[in-house]
Amino acid sequence: MTEKKKENLPISLDLLKTLAKFQQIELEDVEISFDELELRLSPGMVMAPPGAMPPPAVVKREKPTALLEADVGIPIGEYPGSIVKVRLGATKAEGGTRSRGITIGGETAPAFYNFQAPPPHKPVIAFDVFDWAKVPLCKAVKMHFREVLDDPAEWAKLCVEKFDAEMINVHLLTIDPLIEDAPPKAAVKILEDVLQAVDVPLAIGGCGDPQKDLDVFSAIAEATAGERLLFGSVTLDMNIEATAKIIKDNGHAVIAFTSMDVNKARELNRKLYDFLPKEDIVMDTTTAALGYGLDYAFTVMERSRLAALKGDPELNHPISSGSTNAWAAREAWMKMGPEWAPRELRGPIWETVTAQTLLLAGVDYFMMMHPASVQAVRTVINNLMSGKSPSEATGWVSLRL
Amino acid sequence: MPAKELSPIEVYKMLPGTNCKECGETNCMAFAAKLVNREATLQECPPLLEPKFTEAYNRLWVLLKPAVRAVQVGVGDKAVTLGGEYVLYRHEFTYFNLPAVAVDLSDEMPDEEFEARIKVASEFEYEYIGMKLTLDMVAIRSASNDPARFEVAVRKAAELTEMPLLICSLDPTVMEQALTAVGDRRPLMYAATKDNWREMADLALMYNCPLVASAPFDLNMLKSIAKTLTEYGVEDIVLDPGTQWDDGLSKTLDNFTVLRWNAINEEEEYLGYPLLGAPIAAWTEKAEDPVINEWNEAMLASALITRFSDILVVHSVSGWSLLPLVFLRQNLYTDPRKPVAVEAGVNAFGDPDEVSPVLLTTNFALTYYTVASDIESAKIDCYLVVVDTEGLSVESAVAGRHLTADSIAGALAENKVGDLVKHRHLVIPGRAARLSGEIQELSGWNVSVGPLDSSGIAKFLEEKWKPE
Ligand code: B12
Ligand code: SF4
Repeated sequence: MTEKKKENLPISLDLLKTLAKFQQIELEDVEISFDELELRLSPGMVMAPPGAMPPPAVVKREKPTALLEADVGIPIGEYPGSIVKVRLGATKAEGGTRSRGITIGGETAPAFYNFQAPPPHKPVIAFDVFDWAKVPLCKAVKMHFREVLDDPAEWAKLCVEKFDAEMINVHLLTIDPLIEDAPPKAAVKILEDVLQAVDVPLAIGGCGDPQKDLDVFSAIAEATAGERLLFGSVTLDMNIEATAKIIKDNGHAVIAFTSMDVNKARELNRKLYDFLPKEDIVMDTTTAALGYGLDYAFTVMERSRLAALKGDPELNHPISSGSTNAWAAREAWMKMGPEWAPRELRGPIWETVTAQTLLLAGVDYFMMMHPASVQAVRTVINNLMSGKSPSEATGWVSLRL
Repeated sequence: MPAKELSPIEVYKMLPGTNCKECGETNCMAFAAKLVNREATLQECPPLLEPKFTEAYNRLWVLLKPAVRAVQVGVGDKAVTLGGEYVLYRHEFTYFNLPAVAVDLSDEMPDEEFEARIKVASEFEYEYIGMKLTLDMVAIRSASNDPARFEVAVRKAAELTEMPLLICSLDPTVMEQALTAVGDRRPLMYAATKDNWREMADLALMYNCPLVASAPFDLNMLKSIAKTLTEYGVEDIVLDPGTQWDDGLSKTLDNFTVLRWNAINEEEEYLGYPLLGAPIAAWTEKAEDPVINEWNEAMLASALITRFSDILVVHSVSGWSLLPLVFLRQNLYTDPRKPVAVEAGVNAFGDPDEVSPVLLTTNFALTYYTVASDIESAKIDCYLVVVDTEGLSVESAVAGRHLTADSIAGALAENKVGDLVKHRHLVIPGRAARLSGEIQELSGWNVSVGPLDSSGIAKFLEEKWKPE
């Protein structure tokens, strides 16, 4: 394997300089099995900075006297797959009572690779509304909803009327056996009130208890048949068949939730395909806050979106993100030194950056909480969707700030 | 060759093959694997540096070099490396060099503001999982376009900080005067354009400084300049494709993506350079309240961090708007091949004695440092047992069976925690509550379930810690 070169090769000056000592080395042949190789592949902890290696000497070239022509190819990636479209909310004509429906998904290129194919539908942001006045919210958020905390219908209305919510996500916390263990009937009532109060599409969040969620979802799905609500979520530990059936039989859609694992997401989707058309499924691979696992969240979403576009038939669903989770980060809510103040800004920018980062990984449906964050992410979405070209702006070098 | 496709065998074939162990590895194949993972550099194999291996060295260098050139800016400890990247998506390998954040200064700023900004830039620091998040550079713009004035400004900046400098003027005369003052600091020069490229290239060569090629929203021109500079002999180039907020955002992100794609997937030599993003562009239209500009700048900067930018020029110096940026780049530039973990074992906090509390947590860096900082700030004397959960957080580790009664009992025994204290009371995280019974059975220690969040540890101990 080791080829012995007898002749002296011209070594570059650079290299000579780094040569501390010359050594005469006995070359021997080595045999290394491929098993060993695999073992060795596990990465260690120290990372060498790339580029630290001195390069080979550069060949002197003729200096150009005028600009050399060049053009940049616009890369067109090959994406045989596409994301299914999911319809949310049904109008009267469609069998529901919403003033309009929303379509998400349909992408044929990675998120906002507008040079290839802009997303056909805008990602949508739903405001979170809770049915439990004691939900722990930090001050920066609470101050915007103080008067409506004990009335989900009023809360939803405020979001739509004051903050132009395109969608509302009602989180049913009171049904949690560890909170109030409210019966399905009570949850149905809440949903009916919210449906009355606002005419935008709705999503429902359960409490995470697999049995209770199924009971409550069943009651709501039947009572609101035809509204095309988005139910969140169906998980691997639920009765998947039963959950899927109530979604399908009553014309709703569902979020398939797994925790940060592309294979788990595939598994759940695959199980759902036995009972549900693809167009009824949105997937959620879990959102962690900036600084608290956003890297995992981002990469799992980016990976699954790219895999779907490359043709993986088990991942080509619109992606949902609970970007509200950004508030779990201490930096979002904690009182910190004056150099990091005010937290009234630090919190919402935290939620904004968390959401915007995931927007660029491929998220289609956001649950968010702070009005400023929603507004900000919406502006970015609109800017990215607008197809406008940059305006003639003065360069920043001469800015007087 | 794209980093992900390089196999250790290919590299191994070109190594000396003597298994001499001088690199610190047991054999050449092991070293080859490290090279492929970019955990070692060629110089660590001394025999390879001998003249007879020059050809192999050169071939290996080409094989291993990043698709995006690593450009060094500044000198000394604070020098930063821009670029040096191998992949488009972090899951394909990893990203290496954090995008540098350069804080804006101008030669028209009043002294006080100028100095205050440098102070913020150099003193910015936030503790995050055992790392210090900091800013990296200062950018000095010649808003005046007056060579003498600019020289004064860059000289002053150079005196006040050792951070690398980005010096900005499109006028070669102004640039030259600044270089006479700070050229030996290896500043990044901004910028060569279609109009001034030759003068800027001459300056870059004369002072041996890296140079930005700039052609806002004209990729063909940008490549043309980069190609010309390269052929002219300038090696360290940074590309500025233009940054805009609002209407220009879509095109901005498109351009960054197109450039990086071409560098990585098409291995385009003239585009294989670091990218400069200028979130400061969010200030071109002044809002009624500067907070709006700061906010927009933070969003623009984070979008550019996500989309391949290697250096960012920002104007805001507000902590709330800079903090998310340094977090985001740290997150996206951690190695996805391994969770950030700390060493398992038992650590003493404060001055614990034999009746001090014993607490338990996992070795995920985020978890460990969160808990450690809570303990430190509450000035608690205690022992903290750190269980090896392969770098998983408490809840993930419980769910994934890495934190179990077994592993906990094992950690207690292995670290001889029983010798440190005379009581047998262990406080576990609230999120590991379901393990409490089993731990008690297996280890013989009494278990108290602590709060869900470690910020509650102090209060919890005050109320509940009564080992006697
Ligand atoms: C990021 C993440 C991951 C990352 C891992 C990150 C890591 N290195 O740990 C990945 C993607 C790898 C992962 C994997 C899994 N995860 Co996970 N993951 C998360 C996520 C989003 C954040 C976790 C985190 O970083 N928290 C921050 C750290 C600092 O929190 P912490 O360690 O708990 O520490 C706090 C407290 O526990 C406490 N504390 C800590 N120590 C001590 C000590 C004392 C004495 C006291 C009093 C307090 C205390 O204070 C700390 C600060 O608040 C959570 C959801 C969420 N938003 O919380 C899910 C979550 C924890 N994961 C979950 C699951 C199920 C898993 C998996 C089993 C799923 C799977 N795909 O197989 C795997 C298990 C891993 C394995 N290989 O076996 C579930 C757990 C559900 C449950 N309760 O059982 C969660 C809650 C998500 C969910 N809702 O489904 N996960
Ligand atoms: S120093 Fe070089 S020749 Fe010696 S074992 Fe390491 S890789 Fe092989």
